[in-house]
Amino acid sequence: MLSIKNLHASIEGTPILRGINLEVKAGEVHAIMGPNGSGKSTLASVLAGREEYEVTEGEVIFQGKELLELSPEDRAREGVFLAFQYPIEIPGVSTTNFLRTALNQVREYRGLEPLDAVKFLSLMKEKMALVEIDQKLLSRSLNEGFSGGEKKRNEIFQMAMLEPVLSILDETDSGLDIDALRIVSNGVNKLKSEKTATIVVTHYQRLLDYIVPDFVHVLYKGRIVKSGTKELALELEEKGYDWIKEEVDSTATV
Amino acid sequence: MSTLTQKEFVLGLFEAAPATYSSLRQLGKESFYAQGLPALKAEEYKFTPISKKLETSLTDFSPAKPVKISAEQVKSALFAGFEGAVLVFSNGQYLPEHSTSVEGISVRLLSENESTPLGSIAEAGKDPFVALNQATFSDGLHISLEKNTKVDSPILLLQFHQAQGGQVISPRIWIEAGDFSKATFIDYHISLDDAPYFVNKVVEIKGGNNTDLTYHSLQKEHNQVIEVSNLVTDIQKDSQFTSTQITLSGDMVRNNLTLNLLGSNSVGNMFGIYLLNGKTHVDNHTNVDHTIPHAESNELYKGILADQSRGVFNGKIFVRQIAQKTNAFQQNNNILLSEDAIINTKPQLEIWADDVKCSHGCTVGQLDAEAQFYLQARGIDKTTAKGLLLYAFAGEVLDKIEVDSLRNYIVKQIQERLGSKF
Repeated sequence: MLSIKNLHASIEGTPILRGINLEVKAGEVHAIMGPNGSGKSTLASVLAGREEYEVTEGEVIFQGKELLELSPEDRAREGVFLAFQYPIEIPGVSTTNFLRTALNQVREYRGLEPLDAVKFLSLMKEKMALVEIDQKLLSRSLNEGFSGGEKKRNEIFQMAMLEPVLSILDETDSGLDIDALRIVSNGVNKLKSEKTATIVVTHYQRLLDYIVPDFVHVLYKGRIVKSGTKELALELEEKGYDWIKEEVDSTATV
Repeated sequence: MSTLTQKEFVLGLFEAAPATYSSLRQLGKESFYAQGLPALKAEEYKFTPISKKLETSLTDFSPAKPVKISAEQVKSALFAGFEGAVLVFSNGQYLPEHSTSVEGISVRLLSENESTPLGSIAEAGKDPFVALNQATFSDGLHISLEKNTKVDSPILLLQFHQAQGGQVISPRIWIEAGDFSKATFIDYHISLDDAPYFVNKVVEIKGGNNTDLTYHSLQKEHNQVIEVSNLVTDIQKDSQFTSTQITLSGDMVRNNLTLNLLGSNSVGNMFGIYLLNGKTHVDNHTNVDHTIPHAESNELYKGILADQSRGVFNGKIFVRQIAQKTNAFQQNNNILLSEDAIINTKPQLEIWADDVKCSHGCTVGQLDAEAQFYLQARGIDKTTAKGLLLYAFAGEVLDKIEVDSLRNYIVKQIQERLGSKF
């Protein structure tokens, strides 16, 4: 589904990603872990098409298409979804209005008829239950005055509405208490299928107790320096990142 | 192109002025000569070189005569779903044959009602264009709300404008509201073709006690129109007055809005949106005078400026020494969409009382790139994302417009302007 080859990216001339290689197949959950500043969020941003980042080398193939050639909106319409680490507050735009606009543009791109108000509302009701989000919240301005947990739940709600093929969760666990974490994770798990894949970007192992990964990759200094299964995440939780840093840094000097 | 001097400019207008209100016109003329057209550096017109614009753009300084308006033209000018009375004007002349009546409201031509105390609210000495209008208006309308009249549906003042090129249109409207009356007016200017002209409008509103008046003004004339509009109102005890000023186009537009809070427990609201592109220049000067204790004023103007458009906002709040317990709030926010767009914004607070709550703030910024990316990341195209954000920005003012058909019309205009489909 997703094939990242030798991806290099920089921001304002500073290289952040220095050769990422990653293969993601349908039905898989990949966790990207790593210390602060290793490039985890950059990877998520580059995949979603954030303009500040300049891709200097490498390619990303998503379902046979050159992902990096597409505008952010076309990536979303192709089925890439980024759950933001810091969801944006947009005063004056209700979540409902925003989502109907988004969903109908996505549907138009996929050659589907736009949903009328009735069908849209019933779809919304169905997906709301999934992330235990209140309708009152959705008629308010997008994320304005939402708590951290409400914002993250809204991200997963949007994900449920847009039915992406590849979901990228960028530090979705940050700022969540244990109940919100459970609700958000449940939502993600229910949305998983044989046809979709998930990339979970996280600093801590905690989230991976709920969203169990098939593969765990450790990102350090812009490269994937270690890959393994979920046991690797447990090892990191126990020993921290220092041993990996040492391992990498000593090989680099040899 | 020939240019006319100030003297030539006004002479044609003075000569063509009707015989009605002769002493009032004479006073207007004298006041105009005493003030003259604003000089290039005149403080009140600092960023808006209106005199130069008039001298170089207009070629014929005679009053534009009323043109024939068809019932079809009136019908097609109405906003979709509009329900309410319509008062139709052609180049400032009231057309009773196209207008509808409202119970409790009497309308009379100014020429047939010479006792109307024109100039008592909009004083000629305060602005040269008020003086010029007073000296030269051809005719206008006297609208009177009887005591206790409450009109729930809006009253549309449909003003058609058409000139043969460079002529002057001088609309004059007098509204007086009896105690406990309530009404909403929509003043809507439409160009019938694209020949240039100059509109010099004066609206005076005399409120009674316990009145609730709203005056929406929608300016959507073509881009060769020069306009100076003066709206002055007296707000009495326990009364509320709300103005919304929506400007979407024009060559150079100057709006002077003056609210005189004269009775305690009165409220004055001033809201505005200017959505500008091309080379349109729009200047909103507002002036609220707190003359008594326990009154409130609220002001919110939002500007979106594209291309080489230019905006000016000057909000004056004057709180007299006696006007204790005044609440006065002012806000002006602007988004510049291009590097060539310019906004000059200035709050001007003069506070002589010591127990008041006054606040003001102005911002100038760009569209939030992060918010735009967020919307795009959900599949919304860039143009629509931009439109949604700008609509949201203007929304705070749009929400103040309680007439659904008018608000929907403006929203549609914004969508069309931005090429957005939200």
